[in-house]
Amino acid sequence: MNTLKYQSQAVAKPYFIFAMILFVGQILFGLLMGLQYVVGDIVGGLIPFNVARMVHTNLLIVWLLFGFMGAAYYLVPEEAETELHSPKLAIALFWIFAAAGVLTILGYLFVPYATLAHITGNDLWPTMGREFLEQPTITKIGIVVVALGFLYNLGMTILKGRKTAINMVLMTGLIGLAVFFLFAFYNPTNLALDKYFWWFVVHLWVEGVWELIMGAILAFVLIKVTGVDREVIEKWLYVIIAMALISGILGTGHHFYWLMTPAYWQWVGSIFSAIEPLPFFAMVLYAFNMVNRRRREHPNKAATLWALGTSVMAFLGAGVWGFLHTLAPVNYFTHGTQITAAHGHMAFYGAYAMIVMTIMSYAMPKLRGVGEANCNRAQVTEMWGFWLMTVGMVFITLFLTGAGVLQVWLQRLPESGEALSFMATQDKLAIFYWLREIAGVVFLLGLIAYIASFFVKEKQVA
Amino acid sequence: MSERFTKGMARNIYYGGSVFFFLIFLALTFHTTKEMPKRDHRENITESVVRGKALWEDNNCIGCHTLIGEGAYFAPELANVYDRRGGEAGFKAFFNGWMKAQPLNIPGRRQMPQFNLNDQEIDDLAEFLKWTSEMDDNNWPPNIEG
Repeated sequence: MNTLKYQSQAVAKPYFIFAMILFVGQILFGLLMGLQYVVGDIVGGLIPFNVARMVHTNLLIVWLLFGFMGAAYYLVPEEAETELHSPKLAIALFWIFAAAGVLTILGYLFVPYATLAHITGNDLWPTMGREFLEQPTITKIGIVVVALGFLYNLGMTILKGRKTAINMVLMTGLIGLAVFFLFAFYNPTNLALDKYFWWFVVHLWVEGVWELIMGAILAFVLIKVTGVDREVIEKWLYVIIAMALISGILGTGHHFYWLMTPAYWQWVGSIFSAIEPLPFFAMVLYAFNMVNRRRREHPNKAATLWALGTSVMAFLGAGVWGFLHTLAPVNYFTHGTQITAAHGHMAFYGAYAMIVMTIMSYAMPKLRGVGEANCNRAQVTEMWGFWLMTVGMVFITLFLTGAGVLQVWLQRLPESGEALSFMATQDKLAIFYWLREIAGVVFLLGLIAYIASFFVKEKQVA
Repeated sequence: MSERFTKGMARNIYYGGSVFFFLIFLALTFHTTKEMPKRDHRENITESVVRGKALWEDNNCIGCHTLIGEGAYFAPELANVYDRRGGEAGFKAFFNGWMKAQPLNIPGRRQMPQFNLNDQEIDDLAEFLKWTSEMDDNNWPPNIEG
């Protein structure tokens, strides 16, 4: 049963499917790293931790980008009320991006990083070897080319169609994503400047423009599943993203406390990042309010669950766990400990992994020609996936937080001479790391249930 | 109240607020980059330090270690390793021996790979870590253990 309003929306499907394949890879490497934390030589020298981590984080970034692109190709034509400018370009870019992504990951896994840097000409234009920006320069250029083609395609679609607030916010977010990525090409020999502008990519992505993308996708799904008036939903979308940017832009300061910067950043960063949880809290109120005021009973219950879940988990992960260590006097002791890792895990899952699964949950039944929603059995399986992954992530976060608090207590708070060394401290944290690994297995079970839900069909009545 | 607060007003707050705070951010960034030379001691960046930074990046050291708290949290902080491991008197000797001894192959312990750097490269990396340790990062970390 074809329920797509515009046939060109179908280009979103390969993006979503490929995103899920990469997601599975990300989790498997995450589990490997979790084991390496406690059994350091688990795979000998075969996959060193730095390689596993690079694969884990880069797969995350790339699958989220695939998810955002799929979301945009799905919702922009529907919002603009016109076919996509060029479905062929969208499919061509899919293959280019997928090939570049796979080659880069294989390069990480099978070529020593220094060799990879050498053969891709990193000495000509050094951009590699910085956290999250480990991709060879040529891959980075490929990402820019794909992003330009993608923005051109969407831009042309919006220009000839209806310009809704959702489309405009999504486009601003995506253009911002492309523009701030350009700082990845700036790698001065002065580490102080390198670190300062590195945050222009990392912070202004995840605590800036990505929040616009998340807000736009959430607003789109809420309109669809609740039937609440667009004027109301779009008004609150603007309020939320206004708060997000007003707090988040100067909130960048919380990364500048211990760089080679003037001390005023400790005030600016603390004050503005204390406001950063507010937009996420507003998002929780907004999602629950809209669902309570719904004017229709959408058959896709799973999509509604994801939409509510992403608002709550983003608030907890990005808002609450961010605030825990964002004030300068606290951050002085917690900076770069397992508390940072705890926050990173729940924030990325709650805000970004879950928003991609929200739009997928809503769009995939339509893209696959199933109809408005999957059958009840498939939705129940999907909800098992939701709960297992979400509960798994809550416990990963709690155990890492426990590890972080103990780490600060043993290694950071005592004076020099009395503080435990890094490695001695790590030994004391082993129990937390084991528990985190168990929670990680629960997360994997949830992911398996989620993937399985795509294959579950209604029982045939004999 | 919610009728009087329209979508148009919300949109204007969004565009106006974002542009306003972004301009402040740019102004502070401009001021910060003017102040930075006093703190990063860039006059001490020798060719050896530059080569050391390239080695740091080409071997993905940040994939396990933190440097001023940023990176992976799997291996020790290295912004102050120069001070922790001997400083002027002993760091270079310690560091050369350390790099050559990897992997330590202690059963169950986290393993640092062998990067096969020559003496010149190890010296460059040491110079980079020395320069990094001498920057003024507002007195972080709280103690020598990093």
